[in-house]
Amino acid sequence: MTKKLLKGNHALAEAAVRAGCEGFFGYPITPSTEFLEYMSSRMPELGRAFVQAESEVAAINMVYGAACAGKRTMTASSSPGVSLMMEGLSYIAGTEVPAVLVNVMRGGPGLGNIAPSQGDYNQMVKGGGHGDYFPIVIAPASVQESIDYTMLAFDLADKYRTLVYVIVDGNIGQMMEPAEMPPMREIPTEAPDWAVTGAEGRDPIALSSIYIDPYDEEVTNLRLLKKKLEIEKNEVIFKEFFMEDAEIVIIGFGTAGRISLSAVREAREQGIKVGLIRPITLFPFPFERIAEAAEQAKSFLVVEMNTGMMLDDIQVAVKGKIPVEFYGRLGGVTPFPDEILSEINRINENPPTDPNLDARADWVKRLEKAIEGSN
Amino acid sequence: METSIIISGFGGQGTLFAGQVITYAAMAAGKEVTWIPSYGPEMRGGTANCTVVISDNRIGSPLVLNPTIVIAMNQPSLEKYESLVAEGGYLIANKSLIEKDFSRSGINSYFIPANELAAEIGNMKMSSMLLTGAMVEITGILSLDQIKTALENNLPARHKKTLPMNFQAIDKGAEYIKELAAEKAK
Amino acid sequence: MATLTTDPIQVYKRPVGLTEVHSHYCPGCTHGISHRLIAEVLDEMGLREKTIGVAPVGCSVFAYKYLNTDYVEAAHGRAPAMATGIKRVRPENIVYTYQGDGDLASIGMAEIMHAAGRGENITVIFINNAIYGMTGGQMAPTTLPGMKTTSSPKGRDVEMAGFPIKMSEILATMQGSSYIVRRSLHDPAYIRKSKKAIRKAFETQVRGMGFSLVELLSTCPTNWKVTPYEALQFVEDSMIPVFPLGDFKVHPEIAKLKV
Ligand SMILES: Cc1ncc(C[n+]2csc(CCOP(=O)(O)OP(=O)(O)O)c2C)c(N)n1
Ligand code: SF4
Repeated sequence: MTKKLLKGNHALAEAAVRAGCEGFFGYPITPSTEFLEYMSSRMPELGRAFVQAESEVAAINMVYGAACAGKRTMTASSSPGVSLMMEGLSYIAGTEVPAVLVNVMRGGPGLGNIAPSQGDYNQMVKGGGHGDYFPIVIAPASVQESIDYTMLAFDLADKYRTLVYVIVDGNIGQMMEPAEMPPMREIPTEAPDWAVTGAEGRDPIALSSIYIDPYDEEVTNLRLLKKKLEIEKNEVIFKEFFMEDAEIVIIGFGTAGRISLSAVREAREQGIKVGLIRPITLFPFPFERIAEAAEQAKSFLVVEMNTGMMLDDIQVAVKGKIPVEFYGRLGGVTPFPDEILSEINRINENPPTDPNLDARADWVKRLEKAIEGSN
Repeated sequence: METSIIISGFGGQGTLFAGQVITYAAMAAGKEVTWIPSYGPEMRGGTANCTVVISDNRIGSPLVLNPTIVIAMNQPSLEKYESLVAEGGYLIANKSLIEKDFSRSGINSYFIPANELAAEIGNMKMSSMLLTGAMVEITGILSLDQIKTALENNLPARHKKTLPMNFQAIDKGAEYIKELAAEKAK
Repeated sequence: MATLTTDPIQVYKRPVGLTEVHSHYCPGCTHGISHRLIAEVLDEMGLREKTIGVAPVGCSVFAYKYLNTDYVEAAHGRAPAMATGIKRVRPENIVYTYQGDGDLASIGMAEIMHAAGRGENITVIFINNAIYGMTGGQMAPTTLPGMKTTSSPKGRDVEMAGFPIKMSEILATMQGSSYIVRRSLHDPAYIRKSKKAIRKAFETQVRGMGFSLVELLSTCPTNWKVTPYEALQFVEDSMIPVFPLGDFKVHPEIAKLKV
């Protein structure tokens, strides 16, 4: 196979097709719309189901139905649309059927804007809908990773009968990069045994998220929790760069992670001992690796395109052992490598010593100054 | 080595496609590449720009603050990017839509009447390809042939008949630069 | 030689209800015309300072920049619910929504039906351009059969994507609605009729007679991929046959009204 120049949204969509997605249901929203547009011609061409739903509420419930029918199914949207899907997602989680959601995140809250953002971290990673459930969350940082991890998303969804969210920001949805597509997978001819297919020669199956007796719901919640623990044991993915002797460690996911890599390379050229950890699964989160790195490093710098949502998880892992600093851009602003490089330089020249330092408070002051300066 | 290019202009001037052609050409030449557009409603009648990064290594950031090359197709684009061109970099501007013909020191600037030159070959829409030809001639980051091959392989089928005109535009842009150099040598 | 003795007569001016800014609408788009009509009507009725508009999500998301009244901006499709909230706590105000076809007839179908069902005393200006403008030309619930969009690339296939939804016809069946008409913005005579309809819709609200809606056939040259002139012709030749103009429900008292 050779590499082709592919647009993020198109690559994500074709990867889903190759993973055997038999039903796509969606509603247009920038910056994810090319996904739906691509599926509107690709799915019918293959005799698979495509519906432009009347809303995201409808789209996710179409997914819910197709998932109960035992077919690989998905939707793709962007932040405001994903908010509307929260009820349906919670039902899917409660019914324990597999489904994949791609969220091409944009600036919020509210209507916000269409620029790239990572502001949905909490909504995606911490559940978002009501009740106790734990979707797997994967954050690719390139077009190739978008392809690879969309394929994986379908496999994990089936393996654990769970929701899997693939979250990228508008940058990755819109950018073009050379990438390679895996071959088309065979579609299984037999439905999984839990699916509703018509009770021919067997007892009827009823799929539901209702457990009217709290003791039954408790058992269900416990099962979901055990699934979570299983996933945490098996499915953590991250990448790291220049970590061998790193004294300053940057942590960022998705676009923030890859932009940090540019800064880290430049800092290395200046002789600064800086490394990068880029979490790829946000749930399960690489707590262990982060904790280990906290033993080695003198300080951390967390970089995000939000107000520090992953920062909270990092601090849980670090347990106050070393100072953790933060740099974020908000509301749809993507940081340039130069900004992160100057953060690295600042930390290198004035290494923080207080492990209890309030990362956000310091950064707010710096960001306010920077915003004033640019006006 | 990393080269970054921002091509910016009005929607409809062909900036996004020109960026893609450069990206395809660099990719065919074995480089790592990224192309990222500005997107959304501001493109409606507003500005459309894209950033292309070409590198020997895997690319971190697809966005750059200080691009090595800027092709500014109109006045707002020049105002936005002129001061951002990296030291020693290149500013290639469409003089036809820009009210000045010199730029800041520390960079190499070229003001080319791309619309008039494109009109000479019969289509003003060729101005972005013309400036792409000029850019390649100035910077040598790729060859004219590499650009042409990329164009030929990636021009949507419905535009195939414009291929010869596109080639002409690329050549004309390059020739303009050669003539400029010859004049300077005198 | 005759000399000009009288002062020039002003035949055209910007309504007070319209702000003095450039709009972001594409050349040839008729969103601007409907804005002007609303502004003129509110000026003429002396309602501008009592009015609260509810903007949709769609190309007219920035309606509040152009229409010189108080304004709020709703979530996609939810304008009738937001307008209900406003009107119920401020019945003395004039409340209207301005919505596109995706906003009103797709994602916001529940809200519009129930606002009409409740006989909510609000006015709705419904812009039907048969496409999703803001997101770049996807199929709308009002897209014509066979019409090509970016999400119906081979043309709307009614087998797969169903038929256009005729909102005025449907809403006219609701007991709570008082004034439901369809007009068009494709030429001056029709524009004048549209203005009268907008006037009557607001008159309905002023009289406390319940739900009023004016559907306006509108153009989207950008996403239809035609020139502004061709777009106007498309309304006449292709849209009107599917969405016939007319009065679908008019309260007798409003029918008597001369505007
Ligand atoms: C919940 C949600 N889903 C999707 C969108 C994206 N979106 C913005 S406008 C729009 C449709 C606009 O079409 P229409 O209502 O017909 O108005 P027009 O732009 O044509 O005037 C969509 C789908 C959104 N903003 N919010
Ligand atoms: S996209 Fe269409 S509806 Fe939107 S402003 Fe342009 S012409 Fe009007």
